[in-house]
Amino acid sequence: MIEIENLSKSFTLHNQGGAVIPVMAGAHLRVARGECVALTGASGAGKSTLMRMIWGNYLADAGAIRVGDLDLAQASPREIIALRREVLGYVSQFLRVVPRVPTLRVVAEPLLSLGAGEAEAEARARDLLAMLNIPERLWALSPTTFSGGEQQRVNIARGFAHPYPALLLDEPTASLDATNREVVLALIEEAKTRGAAIVGIFHDEAARARVCDRKVDVTGFSPQARRGAA
Amino acid sequence: MSDQAFNFAYLDEATKRMIRRALLKGIAVPGYQVPFASREMPMPYGWGTGGVQVTAACLTPEDTLKVIDQGADDTTNAVSIRAFFARTAGVETTTRTGEASVIQTRHRIPEEPLVEGQILVYQVPIPEPLRFLEPRESETRKMHALEEYGLMHVKLYEDIARHGEISTAYAYPVRVEGRYVMDPSPIPKFDNPKLSDNPAIQLFGAGREQRIYALPPYTQVVSLDFEDHPFVASKAEHSCDLCGCGTSYLDEVITDDRGGRMFVCSDTDFCETRRAQGHRGRLAPEERT
Amino acid sequence: MKDMGETPLLQVEALSKRYGARIGCADVSFDLWPGEVLGIVGESGSGKSTLLSCLAGQMAPDQGRVLYQGRDTVAMSEPERRVLARTDWAFVHQNPRDGLRMGVSAGGNVGERLMAVGARNYGAIREAATDWLGRVEIEAGRIDDRPRQFSGGMQQRLQIARNLVTAPKLVFMDEPTGGLDVSVQARLLDLLRGLVRDMGLSVILVTHDLAVARLLADRLMVMQGGHVIEHGLTDQVLDDPQAPYTQLLVSSVLQV
Repeated sequence: MIEIENLSKSFTLHNQGGAVIPVMAGAHLRVARGECVALTGASGAGKSTLMRMIWGNYLADAGAIRVGDLDLAQASPREIIALRREVLGYVSQFLRVVPRVPTLRVVAEPLLSLGAGEAEAEARARDLLAMLNIPERLWALSPTTFSGGEQQRVNIARGFAHPYPALLLDEPTASLDATNREVVLALIEEAKTRGAAIVGIFHDEAARARVCDRKVDVTGFSPQARRGAA
Repeated sequence: MSDQAFNFAYLDEATKRMIRRALLKGIAVPGYQVPFASREMPMPYGWGTGGVQVTAACLTPEDTLKVIDQGADDTTNAVSIRAFFARTAGVETTTRTGEASVIQTRHRIPEEPLVEGQILVYQVPIPEPLRFLEPRESETRKMHALEEYGLMHVKLYEDIARHGEISTAYAYPVRVEGRYVMDPSPIPKFDNPKLSDNPAIQLFGAGREQRIYALPPYTQVVSLDFEDHPFVASKAEHSCDLCGCGTSYLDEVITDDRGGRMFVCSDTDFCETRRAQGHRGRLAPEERT
Repeated sequence: MKDMGETPLLQVEALSKRYGARIGCADVSFDLWPGEVLGIVGESGSGKSTLLSCLAGQMAPDQGRVLYQGRDTVAMSEPERRVLARTDWAFVHQNPRDGLRMGVSAGGNVGERLMAVGARNYGAIREAATDWLGRVEIEAGRIDDRPRQFSGGMQQRLQIARNLVTAPKLVFMDEPTGGLDVSVQARLLDLLRGLVRDMGLSVILVTHDLAVARLLADRLMVMQGGHVIEHGLTDQVLDDPQAPYTQLLVSSVLQV
């Protein structure tokens, strides 16, 4: 479902003397349907960079990133938008929403943008928020005022609102208590069961061990590692 | 009788020709505002300088002229203009609608139906019906050219929203032959139906604004309205207190400082003719013979 | 993938406009698809307003084509273009005073476009106006008030209602949240997002506010000196800017 081939990436800092910082070279990754792969490696090794490239947030210099039938390295913005709407979900560590929009709306939005009816989308949002123990009195408020853990759970609810065939999870269990952590892990397992291909970053080793089928150490994708191997 | 110091009807022949060209264009394109080089006249703007120039361009020595101001033949404005043409053109004048070949009017259409061969000349203060909402002349010209007349209904909408009905009582906008929207000059909307299908030629002159427009005989003229707020040609719900007529347009006259008032025909010729025929209203003085 | 078989709503080909020796915008090309929000960012004088004026038919470009549903809006006659402008298109100005009739009631402002396309039933016009005031969160009781009695945020929402009442397909927005308080901006952004989604609007949004662009736009075009120097998915352009100028622009902003 997710296939990365010979992917490389560098940043050119035009306003800092044109410094070119290579961050990735020759990356390969394959994730099948129903499989969950954990990206590992030390902080700064490029886990987030790879996730962002699969999401289409960072441009690739060379190589291919195929999600379903689409190669994000070649795709037009419009195709990426459609992919994000229908195929690829992303639970990031940060919540970025329009201020003032009620939490229920934030969670229902992915379904609304797919053309679901308001009642149906909000019913699904209610189920998820209840499951993730967000108190009902908060549903009508904007999540921008919530605590870190609450925002994280809103993000998760949003990411699981639509049954995406592919999912990116960036620290989905960080800052969660035991009860909620259990709920999130169950959601991940459920997604795997329905056939979702998942790439995740988990610092929570127990969680990783429970839901992930494989680990891929991104240190091997660093340009330095490539030079060493050559 | 004509004062030899002036050309016939005051204006020089070249000017009259220029105005006639504008009039012919106006007749050819009913409701379209034709620009013309309005002249200084020996009277102030607002006293009918546009109408006077049109009348001057139409008059022939054989014409009989009637001039009315709000229906009356005997107000200052009407008397002055009648005297002006009696002196500069030496034409016959009359107060009888039926006897006149040219009638210059300010703010009324006579009650007595006009006939073929007559010319009715309106004095127009502001010829542009869209001016109320769109101050730019360049834009209003374009709106006329492209028939973008939604704005006219915005004005009527505002009336209903504010007053519960279309409260525009005079200068009520009309559409001419399904094409141009036209300001009929500040005639009461009671007179609007008479604009349509009229056997007479109707000419409109705006002196200060330098515009002429026209309705040839038997032109279709429709007052703008909404389906659920149709146009109504309203008048005061009284009969004339002098001649008893129940269908003419009435003026309200305050008769004392204790609230006394009477309603009389605004068309003085019409009222006098009826009284001469023996019609009597509520407050008509007893005729002693 | 669904709706990939559609054709673009707007196709812009090599559009240029000069002011004498000075460049307004040069060689701009892009496609806009149904339901898509395209942000145009850049600082004052970068040509984004000139481009918007040319696209909306308010200014004639010197070169290039603008195809709306396949029809060249540069070559078409002015009457045709004006018909488009009051039916399929809408224009939301930065200053509501430029987009509203200040002497006409809120209801009259909203109803004008309906009357312009032939609505002649007062009751129906009023009903539509009431509905639209509700959709932009203005109390129905204010329908007969004039815009001057409204706050800046309300005026802007009224302008939006006035523009959207005829269900246009393409909306041009020139700094729609400029000049508003931050809290009022947020409310407007939320409203605009909802309307764009529910009505399937395509939007060309000119803004110098990258935060507004991030929240509203699907795609971004970055302009400098009249040229498009970068073009891509909104979050990609903001998070991984390629052109030196875009990098400067993004790094100059506090947390977008």
